[in-house]
Amino acid sequence: MTMSDAAQQDRNVNRAAMQVTDEVAIEISAMNKWYGTFHVLRDINLTVNRGERIVICGPSGSGKSTLIRCINRLEEHQSGRIIVDGTELSSDLKNIDKIRSEVGMCFQHFNLFPHLTILENCTLAPIWVRKTPKKDAEETAMHFLKKVKIPEQAHKYPGQLSGGQQQRVAIARSLCMKPRIMLFDEPTSALDPEMIKEVLDTMIELAEEGMTMLCVTHEMGFAQAVANRVIFMDQGQIVEQNEPKAFFNNPQSERTKLFLSQILGH
Amino acid sequence: MSETHAHTTAFVRDAVLPQQPPPATASGPLRWMRDNLFPNWINGIMTLIAIYVIYRIVSGLLPWFISPTWDQPSLSACRALFTELGQSTHQACWGVINDRWRQLMFGFYPAELYWRPTVALFVLLAGLAPVLFGGFPRWFMAFALASPFIIFTLIWGGTIWVPIVVALGLVIAVVAFRGLVKRNAILATFAGIVLPILFWLFLVGPLTAVLSDALPIGLDPVRSNQLGGFLLSVVIGVAAIVLSLPLGILLALGRASDLFIVNKISIAFIEIVRGVPLIVWLFTASLLLNYFLPPGTSFDLTLRVIIMVTLFSAAYIAEVVRGGLAAVPKGQYEGADSLGLSYWQSMQLIVLPQALKISIPGIVNTFIGLFKDTTLVLFIGLLDPLGLTNAIRASTDWNGIYWELFIFIGVLFFVVCYSMGRYSMYLERKLQRENR
Repeated sequence: MTMSDAAQQDRNVNRAAMQVTDEVAIEISAMNKWYGTFHVLRDINLTVNRGERIVICGPSGSGKSTLIRCINRLEEHQSGRIIVDGTELSSDLKNIDKIRSEVGMCFQHFNLFPHLTILENCTLAPIWVRKTPKKDAEETAMHFLKKVKIPEQAHKYPGQLSGGQQQRVAIARSLCMKPRIMLFDEPTSALDPEMIKEVLDTMIELAEEGMTMLCVTHEMGFAQAVANRVIFMDQGQIVEQNEPKAFFNNPQSERTKLFLSQILGH
Repeated sequence: MSETHAHTTAFVRDAVLPQQPPPATASGPLRWMRDNLFPNWINGIMTLIAIYVIYRIVSGLLPWFISPTWDQPSLSACRALFTELGQSTHQACWGVINDRWRQLMFGFYPAELYWRPTVALFVLLAGLAPVLFGGFPRWFMAFALASPFIIFTLIWGGTIWVPIVVALGLVIAVVAFRGLVKRNAILATFAGIVLPILFWLFLVGPLTAVLSDALPIGLDPVRSNQLGGFLLSVVIGVAAIVLSLPLGILLALGRASDLFIVNKISIAFIEIVRGVPLIVWLFTASLLLNYFLPPGTSFDLTLRVIIMVTLFSAAYIAEVVRGGLAAVPKGQYEGADSLGLSYWQSMQLIVLPQALKISIPGIVNTFIGLFKDTTLVLFIGLLDPLGLTNAIRASTDWNGIYWELFIFIGVLFFVVCYSMGRYSMYLERKLQRENR
């Protein structure tokens, strides 16, 4: 397997700390989405409980990124319901802003704000959305920057950091909003192999603290170590979902078997 | 290592090589000349030809420029001096600048009130400083906000209540926007634009009349047709620049907006304003605009021209800023959205700072063009510096003088436009340094 295997092996992942509760965090029912006439998400039904760590994988173009981007309304769905933290996503802007401030997101290309320092990147949303006093926001930001192990970079600009450092800043930036759910959209795909581990370690730590996480990723080592459910998507549908051990050792659908043999076969 | 390289010789380097200084290159003036002027035969000959051409041009022009005529009171006096000195009459007669520079600067502004536009210039510079350069205390910004009204009072005089009541309109705009933005951003924007306009159209007149009756404070009024010269160019140019930047940004955001009506109105405005020559808009300002205003409001011609030039340049600014908006990666919008920032917050904090930084050269380019275009007001009878050259030639003393005046005016415009260009480069470098 790939790099992530190493990430998993030299670190004892504390799975016991990852408690799944009965409380529902996200409920998606009969959701469909089209890009023009292209039916990109078909009849998605998914319930995520608080504390769950879900890894979504699948071939490119299978709609996995689109699915998690629907959860914080970066993409609009056309039918079905998405309920996040008890609030239904509709065209009501107030609900959207409320959900976005509760749901953190990390992107493949980090999307840090290049004209702001690392610290300003982290304090921006707490100050302007949560109306936190600047001093408190900076304290929180430094706390999370310490947690992702780059407090010394706080006064640099994103362009001066490596890819791995930028992604950790992006995670810290989301955490500063104290989100209850974190979405990761291929967080390690744009990174050099040497930097993947530092980002995965940060994500594992987050999982150990009981964060509800949805990760689109191809890091199967991470999935085995952290996820309590793996979802396989193809052609806009959820084809298979299972707990990681069963998913990897005993895939049911032919499509899943083919996919796994392709990504794990070398 | 994989097997494919098994046949290569094993090599391991244990130590890190120390950094070496780069090799020294030869320098000195001779080396520079060889590199830049005479690197080979053909370039050497080209250099000599270029030097000869420059020499011919300069030696032709210099005698015309260097002419001891600063004190001459009239063109005929200049000519008499040239005959007396036995020189060619193909020389500049700088006496006209000495005689008429005040007029070129201030037009027919009353001479005893020249101090007012002069003070206004310093107020302008003091007001611009905190806007253009960082690192000033906060109260400087308050002064910058007040400076347009101070400048207006200084230049036009009259009761001080007019600028104060007009400023009140802006306060209404801000209060309306702030009050409503939490409830509905679109409604707030609408109210923030429409309320002050209604206030200015219908309430400014009566309100100032009442206030100035009750408390008549003010300076001697100066009529707009007395305003002229470079003062007029600067007044129109600076006002239009200051007003067209925010308007242009709003139009650009409107054009990029998903809201159907806002989007279509912005596009229509930009395309119509941009598609018609400025001179047509100036004629509209001088002849037609009064038809569109409520009866009884008579609007100063200079103000009408400022409005037209502002709208015209706003359309250009909007297109320049639109380019900047398009250059901001989609991920920046998504990053801002995913943190829960509202539309105006993400524009103000994330998108516009980056878009405007990209747009600086284009914006300043538009402003330089706008400033030079202010000379077009000559055609609707305003006495800008070019218009004044006709007035100056109309006097018997200076009948037939052209180049000296045009060169002087050209230098005035060049100084201002070149400064804008340099400022643009300073700003680009500063922003470059601040966020690599």
